[in-house]
Amino acid sequence: MAKEFICIVCPRGCRVIVDDQGSISGNQCKRGEIYVKNEMTNPTRILTTTVKTIFPEIPRASVKTDQPIPKGLLMKAMEEINKIVIDKEMNIGDIVIEHILNTNANIVLTKEIKRKEERK
Amino acid sequence: MIRDIVVIGGGASGLAASISAKKRNKDVLLIEREESLGGILNQCIHNGFGLEVFKEEYTGPEYAHKFIEEFMDLKIDYLVNTTVIKLDKNNDDFIITLSSKELGIRNITARSVIISSGCYERTRGQISMPGDRPNGVITAGSAQRYLNINGYMVGKKVFILGSGDIGLIMARRMYLEGAEVLGVAEIMPYSNGLNRNIVQCLNDFDIPLYLSHTVTNVEADEDKRLSAITIQQVDERFNPIPNTEKHFEVDTLLLSIGLIPDITLLDDLYVEVDPKTKSAKINQAYETSVKGLFICGNSLQVHDLVDNVSKESSRAGLSASDYLDGLVTNRKKIAINPGKNILYVAPQYLDFGWVEKDLLVSYRSSKKIEKALVKVYQGEKLIYQKRRAFIVPAEMETLTFSYLELDQNQDIMIEIEEV
Ligand SMILES: Cc1cc2nc3c(=O)[nH]c(=O)nc-3n(C[C@H](O)[C@H](O)[C@H](O)COP(=O)(O)OP(=O)(O)OC[C@H]3O[C@@H](n4cnc5c(N)ncnc54)[C@H](O)[C@@H]3O)c2cc1C
Repeated sequence: MAKEFICIVCPRGCRVIVDDQGSISGNQCKRGEIYVKNEMTNPTRILTTTVKTIFPEIPRASVKTDQPIPKGLLMKAMEEINKIVIDKEMNIGDIVIEHILNTNANIVLTKEIKRKEERK
Repeated sequence: MIRDIVVIGGGASGLAASISAKKRNKDVLLIEREESLGGILNQCIHNGFGLEVFKEEYTGPEYAHKFIEEFMDLKIDYLVNTTVIKLDKNNDDFIITLSSKELGIRNITARSVIISSGCYERTRGQISMPGDRPNGVITAGSAQRYLNINGYMVGKKVFILGSGDIGLIMARRMYLEGAEVLGVAEIMPYSNGLNRNIVQCLNDFDIPLYLSHTVTNVEADEDKRLSAITIQQVDERFNPIPNTEKHFEVDTLLLSIGLIPDITLLDDLYVEVDPKTKSAKINQAYETSVKGLFICGNSLQVHDLVDNVSKESSRAGLSASDYLDGLVTNRKKIAINPGKNILYVAPQYLDFGWVEKDLLVSYRSSKKIEKALVKVYQGEKLIYQKRRAFIVPAEMETLTFSYLELDQNQDIMIEIEEV
């Protein structure tokens, strides 16, 4: 069955069709073809979410994968991240989970966790 | 004590404006209602911020942090947990009335003011939506704040009305947190959101997007909680088409139906307002029709890119500084009018008294244009043009040209020609 993609490389947003033989059409430039080939073989995404903390004034802190992970792992990664509870002060960029699901990506903080008294 | 500049609002806009003014050695006080600086960025935990300013993609909180660090390094004065409740004038000075738990109600005087109070979300009352008025109908931005800041999920079975970026981002966010996201309805035949968000927030998770559809009924259970909605296809005049009803059992309806600049503080100042931007009219220095009163960021025009907010607000800070230094003289202004295929322009005036000699105009198109020729006329005379491919209403555009040679007695008009 033919598959349709919206190319997101530029605002043009070409609708690119890949037919059963794997031939690509609808893209108006080469970048669209590269984008769709990648989406077909190994689509990856940055995952952003939050982790719990023990601090009532900062109940959640935001985190991200420090590099894209395979799209198919997003939900599994969420499960791992939702098990975490931060119980100490930490900085932006600090690693919360190393090599999540055996990928090369780490889960890192995107917000600092500093208690009120320390902050000015 | 009279302050040089009071900045109202500590989001991306207020931070950048304060930083640029402080670097010109002005005495700046920033006032923020919430307990921390950063504004809306604090709840925008997704990435996609800062590609233009930092050449790298950050999440909202990371982008905010960069500016907060610089703000703190410059030792700029600020108050948090403090709301400005009134803004008034006394001769050339401004009287800012603020309210906080610590200070109570207090007046501050300043020679100039920068408004960077952001925008608010349209709510159900602003569109006419039939049916019950149950709990569970909430704006997408409020739901985002509850989830990302407080860790509280507003519901488990979600439908979204409006395909603006906040709605799309929340569709993915709630899906990832385990909610069932049944769909997004958009009354227009196209989405207002960025393509990237359509692909990565909806298509990635097989969340359907119903274009030319709107919510036509809302039902509640005995506890006055939302229990179901009905959506219907609409015709070109946005009237529901019979027999196209789709029924969804949901506990949450998120509204992502538009953002409006927050200019409530301008009420007492007789500022000239543009019905198109729903904010104050400005000149190229971000100055409103009241001298010394500046406005920038989402309170001036709703931005899709934070990078543009930072750049614009940084210029507004420099303008306030020029104003205080007495560099603005011989004021004489002409209008900048939107022409064919243009939704709005900002600034709406060009004031020849200001020092800068390049004019930067932001605008949005009223429709998607594949091949565009953007033209600027003064009377019959074409004074500037440029080619652009793929202009869409969802993305703000800018153009810059010199105004040294312009006739100081005739208005300017900007239009987009389809070629
Ligand atoms: C959901 C969402 C997703 C977005 N996604 C992206 C993206 O992916 N990439 C990107 O580049 N941009 C994105 N943007 C756009 C960009 O982040 C915003 O345009 C920008 O952060 C707005 O900054 P601001 O300072 O104008 O407004 P705000 O951040 O809203 O700041 C206004 C501040 O003023 C304060 N305030 C208001 N009134 C008063 C008062 N009376 N007294 C004291 N304080 C007051 C408020 O508390 C607030 O902190 C997104 C925006 C939203 C809403």
